[in-house]
Amino acid sequence: MTKLIHALKNQFNVSVIRDQFPALRQKIYGKNLVYFDNGATSQKPQVVIDAINRYYALENANIHRGVHFMSQRATSDFEAARIRIQKHLNARKSEEIIFTKGTTDSINLVAFSYGELLNKGDEIIISAMEHHGNIVPWQMLCARKGLVLKVIPINTNGEIIQEEYDKLLSNKTKLVSVIHISNTLGTVNPVKEMIKKAHAVGAKFLLDGAQSIQHMKIDVKDLDCDFYVFSGHKVFGPTGIGVLYGKEALLDAMPPYQGGGDMIEKVTFEKTTYNHLPHKFEAGTPHIAGGICLGTAFEFLSTIDLIESEAYERELAHYAEQVLETFEDLTIIGTAKNKTSVVSFNVKGLHPFDIGTLLDKQGIAVRTGHHCTQPLMDFYKIPGTVRASFAFYNTKEEVDFFAEALEKSINILR
Amino acid sequence: MEGNTDMTKIQHEIISDFMLFDDWMEKYEYIIDLGKELPLINEKYKTDEYIIEGCQSKVWLHAALINGKMDYSADSDAIITKGIIGLLIRVMNHQTPEEIASSDLFFISEIGLQEHLSPTRSNGLVGMVKKMKIEAIKSLNQ
Repeated sequence: MTKLIHALKNQFNVSVIRDQFPALRQKIYGKNLVYFDNGATSQKPQVVIDAINRYYALENANIHRGVHFMSQRATSDFEAARIRIQKHLNARKSEEIIFTKGTTDSINLVAFSYGELLNKGDEIIISAMEHHGNIVPWQMLCARKGLVLKVIPINTNGEIIQEEYDKLLSNKTKLVSVIHISNTLGTVNPVKEMIKKAHAVGAKFLLDGAQSIQHMKIDVKDLDCDFYVFSGHKVFGPTGIGVLYGKEALLDAMPPYQGGGDMIEKVTFEKTTYNHLPHKFEAGTPHIAGGICLGTAFEFLSTIDLIESEAYERELAHYAEQVLETFEDLTIIGTAKNKTSVVSFNVKGLHPFDIGTLLDKQGIAVRTGHHCTQPLMDFYKIPGTVRASFAFYNTKEEVDFFAEALEKSINILR
Repeated sequence: MEGNTDMTKIQHEIISDFMLFDDWMEKYEYIIDLGKELPLINEKYKTDEYIIEGCQSKVWLHAALINGKMDYSADSDAIITKGIIGLLIRVMNHQTPEEIASSDLFFISEIGLQEHLSPTRSNGLVGMVKKMKIEAIKSLNQ
C-alpha cells in the first residue's frame, strides 16, 4: 500500500490505476472488456479483494462482544473503518457514521426514523430526477404519516429549476431529499445552495451521494447537509455495505429503526434502553467484512488525488459526448451545464435494449432501460436510454472502441 | 407423438442454421433480420390486454385454438426480442395444445440464447413462453 501511495500521490496516472483492477483485464466474448457501467457498480481494486480474502481467511470473528483476541481485532478494524470514512467525509465524529446495507437502506432508515418525528401535513420535497430509491421510501412515509410529497420540476437539459424549488419551500417543509449527481443524466446539482435554502425555512436536507462519493471530494461539514448517504459497492468497496452520515444531534433525536442485539443498552421484559450512536442504528451483527473492506476502499481512494480524478472524468465524459454527437439521429439525454461521468443517449428508431445487447456482444458493458428513474423517463417521453457511465480507470481509447462498436451495432439494426 | 417430433425437428433445424455462424455478431444479425422480416401480430392486438410488460422491452402475444392447433402471433418493441419471438413461433405455431404444454424448448440454450429467457432478463420473453403454454393448457380444458 505504501508503495502504491508513493506511485500515485500527486500525479493522476490512469494506467497505474487500471493495473489495480483485475476485472478490467478480462476478455468478454473474446473481446477486451470495456466496462462502462460504473453507475451501477464499480470494479474492485486488488487491495479490497485481498482485504476481503484476508478477513474471511484469518480475521473472521463477531464484533463488539467477544473477550478474545480475534473479536477484539475485528472490532477495532471495523471501528477503524468507521473513523477512516468519517475522516474522508470530514464528519465531526465517527458516531455520525452509521453502517447500512447501502444507499436505499440508508434512505429507508431516515424515512422511518426521522419520519417518526414528523406530523400530518408536513411536507417533504424531492426532485423530478430522483432514483426510485429516493422516491418510494418517501411515498411510503407520506402514506403512513399523512405527509405531503412535493416534486421540484426539471428543465429539458436535466437541471432542477431553482425558482420552482424556492416556491415549494415553506415552513411546512421538513425535509428535502435530492440526488447529488443524477445516475441517469449525469447532472451535478447545485446542492450547497439548495441546502442553504432548505435550512433557511428550517428543513433538513438529505443528500443522495450514491453517484457523487466516487466522483468528487465530499466534505459534509462544508456542504452542511444533515444526511449524506451512499453505497460501498459504487465506491470500489464490497456490495451489501453502505453508509448513512447524519448530524449527531439529529441522529440522537431520532428513534431506532430496527430492534435487536447491539443496539441496546439494557433489556428487560418491562423496558429496554437503547445504545448510543452509532450502535443505536446498527441492530444485529453488521456486515463486518463489508465495513472493514469499505475502509480499505477509502484507503485506496486516499491514494488518488480526487480533484485530478474528477477533472479527468469530466474530460472523459465530455470527450464521449463529442464523439457521440458525430452520430446521425443520436440524441444525448441530459445536457446540463454542470455534468460528469454519465452519458445517456438514444438513437432514433432503435430500442436501447437492442443497442445494449449488441454492444455487450462486442465486450462493452453499458446499462439500458429506465435506470430506476421511471418518472424521469416519463418526463422525456422515452422508454429508456443507453447509458455509458465512467470511472477514473476508463480511457479515451475505450471511448473510441465503444464508438466503433456502436456504429457497427447501428448498422446491423438499421 | 408425431407433433412432438415436429417440434423437435424444427428445433434441430434452427440449431443447425445457427451452427453456420462463427461469432456472436453474425448470430445476432440473423436474429435481427428475422425480427425485421416478420409481420408478427395484427395491430388490433397491440393493446394493453395482450401486453407482457418486461423491464427492458415489451411483448404483445395473441393466442387462439384453430382446428385443434395453437395459433400464435406476437410482437415486441425491441427488434432482437422480436427476432427471438420469431424463432419461438416457428417452433410452437400450429402444434397441438398437448404438445406445447409438455414441450421442452431445448434449442434456446443450444444456440446460446438462454440469457434472453432467464427469469432475471426481464425482457418479456419468459413471460411470453409461459403465457404460450398457459394458453395451450387453457384450450385443453375448454
